[in-house]
Amino acid sequence: MSGFWAMGDYGAYVWPAYGISAAGLLVAAVLVLHAHARAKAALARLGAKP
Amino acid sequence: MLRYANPARFMTLSGTLVPWLGGFALVALAAGVYLGFAAPPDYQQGDTVRVMFIHVPAAWTAMMAYGLMALASLIGLVQRHPLADVAAKSAAPLGALFTALGLITGSLWGRPMWGTWWVWDGRLTSFLLLLFLYLGYIALWNAIEDETRAARAAAILALVGAVNLPIIEFSVDWWTTLHQGESILRKGGPLIAAVYLWPLGLMALGYSLLFFTLWLLRIRTEIMTRRARSLMLAGEA
Amino acid sequence: MNPFFSLLLRDIQLAARAGGSAMLALAFFAAVATLVPLGVGADLRLLARIAGGVLWVAAMLAALLALDRLFQADFEDGSLDVIALGPSSLEQTSFAKIAAHWLTTGLPLTILSPLLAVLFGLPAQAIGALFISLLVGTPAVSAIGAIGAGLTLSIRRGGLILPLIVLPLLSPAVIFGAGTVLSALDGLRNGALPLLTAFSFAACVLSPFATAAAVRLNLGS
Repeated sequence: MSGFWAMGDYGAYVWPAYGISAAGLLVAAVLVLHAHARAKAALARLGAKP
Repeated sequence: MLRYANPARFMTLSGTLVPWLGGFALVALAAGVYLGFAAPPDYQQGDTVRVMFIHVPAAWTAMMAYGLMALASLIGLVQRHPLADVAAKSAAPLGALFTALGLITGSLWGRPMWGTWWVWDGRLTSFLLLLFLYLGYIALWNAIEDETRAARAAAILALVGAVNLPIIEFSVDWWTTLHQGESILRKGGPLIAAVYLWPLGLMALGYSLLFFTLWLLRIRTEIMTRRARSLMLAGEA
Repeated sequence: MNPFFSLLLRDIQLAARAGGSAMLALAFFAAVATLVPLGVGADLRLLARIAGGVLWVAAMLAALLALDRLFQADFEDGSLDVIALGPSSLEQTSFAKIAAHWLTTGLPLTILSPLLAVLFGLPAQAIGALFISLLVGTPAVSAIGAIGAGLTLSIRRGGLILPLIVLPLLSPAVIFGAGTVLSALDGLRNGALPLLTAFSFAACVLSPFATAAAVRLNLGS
């Protein structure tokens, strides 16, 4: 199992690469979904359908 | 296709599409990551080959996003359709994100091989310039106050960039042969073994689907925001 | 007089006056060429290797310095509207402005370059290569820069966004321009100059259309 984390001594590169990619995509998704929900709510408050 | 350019139709269609696209994206990404780590280490690159599965898809998606942005810009300029302008504007930050991810993962892929955090590899250098093209595009949108003017100016910039992009890539490629010989970040070698093709393909699919999901959501958000704004203005009248 | 030439001459006169963009570009170019060796060290072999790149980048940045004012000055005082309504098409006007810009920045920079190349210890044939590459390549800088100037002419501090837009588009010019110098230094033919010529030619031919479109949209709304 430690071999998995070590990634053949390249762990310091592989894991940050995956980590940063996952973080970046996750943050983007959250921001986009949040903005979408907010716009939808704003329209609903004005009594209109999206 | 142009039937869906009507905002109401677009909202209905995208509303149905988004959950499916998002769902498929997640499945593809999960499968891709699993297969990516299940695959054996590469003969030459060892375990760093796994970075390829997130570097290459990010890069491809970044390029695809620019192509879509340029296409939307062209349609916006020629047809004067506001939906096209919104589509182009919405694609840019996503494209910039994927480019940045491509750069970071590319750097982390190259570092074990070359010992430095940045390598002037042809592909990475082209990506860096692509990132600047995206940032310039976004900055131009933000700098011009009038929405229509901003849309048209940004569209011209996107098209000029699109024409120039192959030239930039060619010149950077040419430049690497001048200074370095072979590009180091070859896509996993001259022949990609099947065991790597599957995770690569799945990740590429997943990244693209994720882009489309987020893109459609951003366009929807912009349409809804504009409607809310005009409703508020009408309410005040 | 032909409207094209009258516009050309007027712009040249404006740029060439003391304190105008021509002087600014030359001063900037000379400053960079002097400061880089101070920053990098006096090793002439190293300086000769980097000369092509450094001088090309310096020349390009110098040429871009006053670019944001290319259309802005006329836009602000309303003369751009007058010119747009005049006998010349916006494409012709753009071409005249690009030509005036090159004649007052790119060309003087090219002429000054051999002197600065000496500071970098470049041998004679490399100096010649630098001169030719700048002569051929600086029109592209003016041409592509003009597109950026047209796009940003209505922006208050457009000068800040202009380099961001224009520099990535000009990277082939830097690559091929510096490559020409390198080819002379190493005594190898690498095709840089023909590529630079093609790029510059295409830029000069296509740019007036893009620039005119950019100016038109800013005048239109």
